[in-house]
Amino acid sequence: MNTKQSTAGRLLPYLILGIVFGIIATKSEIISWYRIQEMFRFQAFHMYGIIGSAVAVAAISVRVIKSLQIKTFSGDDIVIPPKEMDGIGTRYWLGGTVFGLGWALTGACPGPMFALLGNGIIVILVAIAAALAGTYTYGVLRPHLPH
Amino acid sequence: MLDFISQPWPWYVAGPLIGLTVPALLLLGSKQFGVSANLRSMCAMLPTKVDFFQMDWRAQSWNLVFILGIALGGLLAATWLANPDPIALSDATKTDLALLGISEFNGLMPDALFSWAGLASLKGFVLIVVGGFLVGFGARYAGGCTSGHAISGLADLQLPSLIAVIGFFVGGLIVTFLILPILL
Repeated sequence: MNTKQSTAGRLLPYLILGIVFGIIATKSEIISWYRIQEMFRFQAFHMYGIIGSAVAVAAISVRVIKSLQIKTFSGDDIVIPPKEMDGIGTRYWLGGTVFGLGWALTGACPGPMFALLGNGIIVILVAIAAALAGTYTYGVLRPHLPH
Repeated sequence: MLDFISQPWPWYVAGPLIGLTVPALLLLGSKQFGVSANLRSMCAMLPTKVDFFQMDWRAQSWNLVFILGIALGGLLAATWLANPDPIALSDATKTDLALLGISEFNGLMPDALFSWAGLASLKGFVLIVVGGFLVGFGARYAGGCTSGHAISGLADLQLPSLIAVIGFFVGGLIVTFLILPILL
């Protein structure tokens, strides 16, 4: 079998899933700066309904997968690694807050940034480049930051 | 049919569909829904000696392909399923934003700020560049973004994710109520 073709075949489902996510993100307006403002001002249920029902459906699915020990389509075990927690979880408090500052400024978290790009808002490429610079800076400063 | 799905999708349609992304990725290959991990993979493609980026980004190809799909999905939705009307924002939000000088609600974001002309202004620069930087820095510091913590992490009842989401709101409220009134 041609290795390249099988790689492409293996990745295709993820492309399709991404396309579906991009369409949902656009049509539900979660990629809108206005909607994020509405959320942080607690002035509509829309964003809370989306996040809440997404978590509920995902939680039930994870529950079912774990309790029935369902395998992947190719027969491998499904493993969900727990996130590490040291002490009071300093990195989650600080990192989460920094992320929140950025989310409210750009009105977009990483997924929506790519959906916005597809929506023709090319200037968001600058935000993506800045996010890469932020990620790189974290990588450099990581040994010096409290976790 | 096309008219029907071209309308904005209500939360009770969009939310559960987004939630299904989590089991779909698990069933496809025991993968975790987490978009910001791609930012790390992209940094790892650079010739860098930083320890944090010494990883095999090729193992993350599925995730890079996933975000390529997100952009394509955005393009498809914008091309064939575009909603011609302004977003149906709550009146309270429109009133608040008007006080900050934002009174046009066409499109997905304020054009005057999120455009090349906007980028050249201090306001636009802070929103786009400073905001983007903090998103990238904070997501990796917290070990995840909205998808990794607020959706998959909370769904797996992980305490770190709950803390991170509280942090998201602390940061978001600071910007919304303390910084935007000064900046805009």
